[in-house]
Amino acid sequence: MAKARVLIRPKEGILDPQGKAVERALPALGFEGVGHVRVGRMVELEAEDPARLPELCEKLLANPLIEDFEIEEIDAASSAPTNP
Amino acid sequence: MRWGILQFPGSCDERDALQACSLSGEARLVWHESRDLDGVDAVVVPGGFSYGDYLRAGAIARFSPAMEAVAEFAGGGGAVLGICNGFQVLCETGLLPGALLVNESLRFVCRQVELQVEGLHPPQGTQFFNRPEKTLSIPAKHGEGRYWAPEETLDALEANGQVAFRYAPGQNPNGSARDIAGVRNAAGNVLGLMPHPEHAVDAMTGSTDGLRVFEAVAGARA
Repeated sequence: MAKARVLIRPKEGILDPQGKAVERALPALGFEGVGHVRVGRMVELEAEDPARLPELCEKLLANPLIEDFEIEEIDAASSAPTNP
Repeated sequence: MRWGILQFPGSCDERDALQACSLSGEARLVWHESRDLDGVDAVVVPGGFSYGDYLRAGAIARFSPAMEAVAEFAGGGGAVLGICNGFQVLCETGLLPGALLVNESLRFVCRQVELQVEGLHPPQGTQFFNRPEKTLSIPAKHGEGRYWAPEETLDALEANGQVAFRYAPGQNPNGSARDIAGVRNAAGNVLGLMPHPEHAVDAMTGSTDGLRVFEAVAGARA
């Protein structure tokens, strides 16, 4: 089984009100100088056949009309939890 | 006239749709696991939160046996009406162009809206909007109703008369592109809109304008 992480985000040029809301909240918390916030989602999965992941993403995980996606295959070592 | 109203886990407006359709014929529910539409004349994909709307609204319902049957039915010219979540499902399925995004305000809206009926010159052979022009007073209630499509798609929809409904000036509740509230496919047999005509069929609730939408769909069947 191959572990993978799929990152999905709204396409450039599509208004992302969630990102805007986060962006507007930041100065009130003392975080100045942060812009272009985009909120997407991340899906982790394990697949027997990683070659089929792009098709799976296009058909279900993302809507290619409005979202871009990136597939990141991860090996066991890099997927271990890391503490800050 | 025989209507079939789909029912997914998480649907919540199928009973009102059933009631609305009963006013103009026979109406029955079709469970999401059924591939058999039982020879109905028109299908309604109702509002609600099909399969919890997980991932994206309508994304999972698209793969249900009932939706596979609806895609086939629509492909053969059958009349299909998608309301709210049903509109989202039809867009995800590719039966209608575009997508529905989170409201610009990030708030769930629930209020009566005025709709301008457009597309009064449908493609030949369809009779979707063969009624006098009028605004319809219909309730809208949704969190993800911002219609979006690429600019060139929007231009094509307008050029082909596929914009079925627009929010009246100043009433766009969600930031939809070009105030679009509903669209139809190029053939004219598949129609989707965010507001809820099934909640506006009895004078007791303030408006019977929703009936006109069901009449239009009934008129679109081959």
